[in-house]
Amino acid sequence: MSINNDQPDLQRRDFIGKTVLAAGAATVAPGVLLTVANAGSDEGVSSAVRWGMLIDTNKCVDGCSACVEACDKENGIDLIERPQGQSDEMWNAQRPQWIRKVKLRDTQTGEISNLPMMCQHCEHPPCVDVCPTGASFKRADGIVMVDRHICIGCRYCMMACPYKARSFIHQDIAEQLTSAPRGKGCVESCHLCANRIDAGRETTACQDACNQEGHKAILFGDLKNPDSEIARALKAQHSRQIRADLELNTGVRYTNV
Amino acid sequence: MIKTQYRELYCSSPRYWGGLASLAFIILVGLGAAFYMEHNGHFVTGMSNQIVWGLPHVFAIFLIVAASGALNVASIGSVFGGPMYKPLGRFSGLLSIGLLAGGLVVLLLDLGRPDRLIVAMTTYNFKSIFAWNIILYTGFFTIVGLYLWAMMDRKFEQFKRPIGFAAFFWRLALTTGTGSIFGFLVAREAYDAAIMAPMFIIMSFSYGLAFFIITLMAAYWWADRSIGDLRLAKLKNLLGVFVGAVLYFALVYHLTNLYVTQHHGVERFILLDGGIYTNMFWIGQVVIGGIIPLFLLYSPAFATSRFAITVASLLVLIGGFFQIYVIVIGGQAFPMNLFPGKEVLESSFFDGVVAGYSPSLAEALLGIAGVAVSMILVAIGARMLRVLPESLEDPAEGECV
Ligand code: SF4
Ligand code: SF4
Repeated sequence: MSINNDQPDLQRRDFIGKTVLAAGAATVAPGVLLTVANAGSDEGVSSAVRWGMLIDTNKCVDGCSACVEACDKENGIDLIERPQGQSDEMWNAQRPQWIRKVKLRDTQTGEISNLPMMCQHCEHPPCVDVCPTGASFKRADGIVMVDRHICIGCRYCMMACPYKARSFIHQDIAEQLTSAPRGKGCVESCHLCANRIDAGRETTACQDACNQEGHKAILFGDLKNPDSEIARALKAQHSRQIRADLELNTGVRYTNV
Repeated sequence: MIKTQYRELYCSSPRYWGGLASLAFIILVGLGAAFYMEHNGHFVTGMSNQIVWGLPHVFAIFLIVAASGALNVASIGSVFGGPMYKPLGRFSGLLSIGLLAGGLVVLLLDLGRPDRLIVAMTTYNFKSIFAWNIILYTGFFTIVGLYLWAMMDRKFEQFKRPIGFAAFFWRLALTTGTGSIFGFLVAREAYDAAIMAPMFIIMSFSYGLAFFIITLMAAYWWADRSIGDLRLAKLKNLLGVFVGAVLYFALVYHLTNLYVTQHHGVERFILLDGGIYTNMFWIGQVVIGGIIPLFLLYSPAFATSRFAITVASLLVLIGGFFQIYVIVIGGQAFPMNLFPGKEVLESSFFDGVVAGYSPSLAEALLGIAGVAVSMILVAIGARMLRVLPESLEDPAEGECV
């Protein structure tokens, strides 16, 4: 048995065809308008790619929240207003948090680690399995997201997600970005900046922010392309999935935790 | 054998209309509460991204579970035969429909987007147990409706048994489906137990029968009709068996969980140091919902006391409510263990800590309105249909072997 059995199997896949297809997918969907239309559908998305992330917890810095702030800005989460008179605790419990920082201590060794936690983009996502209407879905390129047009707000997906990655919108939304539509009563979560990817960009907002801070803890890319930086990094070092025991084959992996 | 005469519930106007009016008032208040929550969004409730299912779900699941159990009396009567239960079959069918409708109303009004009911009814993900449940609920209304009809219309007499069987199995499937909603939540330790589905079935027997006894006695009191002691004693003994079984299943559930090492945390939480959930378990579920009713039902001192039967049934319902509360809310409050072997020092999202929940008044009002919906449907149904026998005096000697 290999230790690295966590990793997607790249050998068996013919990568030339896939890269061509991936390049095709990236060129098919230019322009912001199309991106918004695409965000809720599978059109123009290819199964030749699987988007994923590798997070090096050694590089993730205690007290830094650049990724969280960038995500909030990119997806208009910072536009959501706190209801008047709400306590800090309730606000933290009710406001959407697509990505959050977690600080851990090993109970045996006392080792401290920091990491960002978000939707892990499971290959076998429980949130998709349980959703009664199919609003929660996985795109061909591995991104898991919610179609806000058919989400009925039952919150079953939130019960099912092992990572608490999903947020329910608890109040009216006064202001929002065209690239990140949201509505009261629906559920949402990290979609690996699908709007950017569909527009042909190749980084996520959190990754950019982390790089800008000089930490470079987040690596985003195509897991299926053996030449991509992320695939090479996954091959070179031992990484793990959070709660690998659930066998969800997550698209987000961590090293040094 | 004396033929059982069924007659619509017809009672002195003030008592009946007064009762209806108060139920309608409770429902109106509940609807107002639902509107308030939907209009403002769920931020006005105690629910959050931590406790995503709150008090309304507790009420809804409680009513839905009880609905399937309320059909028990009809099943015993027409599937297994038995002169003691047979005359009660029609009412049992009506009650189960009412309870299910009440539960579903609460479930629907607590959705983030209740206006998308049509979407829920037309867009199915067949992998989802939730979607299957929607089908199970719709089927339940249809089958029990037909069953009621077959029981009431002499022309359909020959269909009574087959439909009775169908209803019997359908409702077992329904409770299994409800229990499985939790069974699929593999990541949450409290729900990771195979015993969940059978436990829900036995819980449904107990709550359903308790509802049945209370509504039956209330209806006969409203209508000034009489129920025989022997018949009540039968129901009461049956309730005793069910209450005992629920306690037994709870015991097995926690023992098996204690056997699985990685579930020790959640067991400690429910049984020892979970604060309100521990209290609800021991005081609510075990003492109020189990031990006291058992005492009231079996103690010779209360052998013929109707008051004791009523109180026992009420306590079974209260205890059952706590039991579902501990399962639904307690199971969510207990933190998911994302990082085994690690302790969470900081997180803006309550990782590793027990999630807090204090239900708001609006949530409670919506839930109570659900119970009122059930009761008003039963009251109107009993008034319009011939579901209740003229008299439930005990059958003559020799008839009830
Ligand atoms: S992490 Fe949660 S929300 Fe994301 S795909 Fe997995 S189950 Fe779904
Ligand atoms: S809340 Fe929306 S996305 Fe989640 S399970 Fe329900 S319908 Fe699906």
